[in-house]
Amino acid sequence: MAAGPDGEVVIDPMHQFEIKPFFGGDELGLLTFTNSTLWMVLTVLAICALLVLGTRGRNIVPTRIQSVAEILYGFIRQMCVDVLGEEGVRFFPYIFTIFMFILFSNLLGMIPYSFTTTSHVAVTGVLAVAVFLIVVILGVMRNGLSFFGMFWVSSAPAALRPALAMIEIISFFVRPLSHSIRLAGNMMAGHAVLKVFAGLTAMIVSAGLLPLAILPLVAMVGLTALELLVAVVQAYIFAILTCIYLNDAVNPHH
Amino acid sequence: METEAAALLGKYIGAGLACTAMGGAGVGVGHVVGNYLAGALRNPAAAQGQTATMFLGIAFAEALGIFGFLIALLLMFAV
Repeated sequence: MAAGPDGEVVIDPMHQFEIKPFFGGDELGLLTFTNSTLWMVLTVLAICALLVLGTRGRNIVPTRIQSVAEILYGFIRQMCVDVLGEEGVRFFPYIFTIFMFILFSNLLGMIPYSFTTTSHVAVTGVLAVAVFLIVVILGVMRNGLSFFGMFWVSSAPAALRPALAMIEIISFFVRPLSHSIRLAGNMMAGHAVLKVFAGLTAMIVSAGLLPLAILPLVAMVGLTALELLVAVVQAYIFAILTCIYLNDAVNPHH
Repeated sequence: METEAAALLGKYIGAGLACTAMGGAGVGVGHVVGNYLAGALRNPAAAQGQTATMFLGIAFAEALGIFGFLIALLLMFAV
């Protein structure tokens, strides 16, 4: 919600995604410290607090906070081994970094009045393009030009192969797009829906129908729970898709 | 003025039509989860190992719905 020019309340669910300089002023330069930057810094600090401070004791019997860190670490490591094979553990630090950053941005974005950095395609796009470039560069480095042989499906009938190659090439190059839009779209849509219901509650209250306002409020509580689930699932999906894309470069014949 | 109003009308109708993609995504996600559940109830022992595959299927089905949402957003705010 935002205040309109005449002071009345205007319901604008997209207002929350506005990027503005944190220290005042209107100019947005390359190095301006914005509200998005602030929440990225907080994300990194929260991850450090969990992984560095939480595991500082190195207890044999882990404390509660240490076991949270250990469960996340073990879960993503197992995912890497499952998808990429034993060799894939080399990529585990990269995938774990991506997973933790997205997970914590999504979860910190659920705090009211906070800013969800992952709701912007600019943020998720950089992550997805980095994954795409790593796959292409690593694939060519490890397999030479035969890496591009994966577009040529040799198990298909010969007449179908050119058509299949076109489809494979298109689906390969649309990957960074779908990879980034999936995360940003999910977060943006979810938060916009929450704000629409919040605006509905405010409208009903201001219309004087207080008992009816319970309906959108209850829906909002349910949707908030759903959004918490989506925040975790989307971080997981981004990480496992990164694994699967990397798998093309690491084990090209599977 | 007439053409501007017509362009605006087309923009809003197009944005609304783009949201029908959500229906397709709903069918797709429901199909994936429904079949997973049907399989899981037949063979609960194998279900645990396939949850990752189910989430992948959901992600791919859902991506196309999100593309529709993206088209709607582009029509509303970018075109």
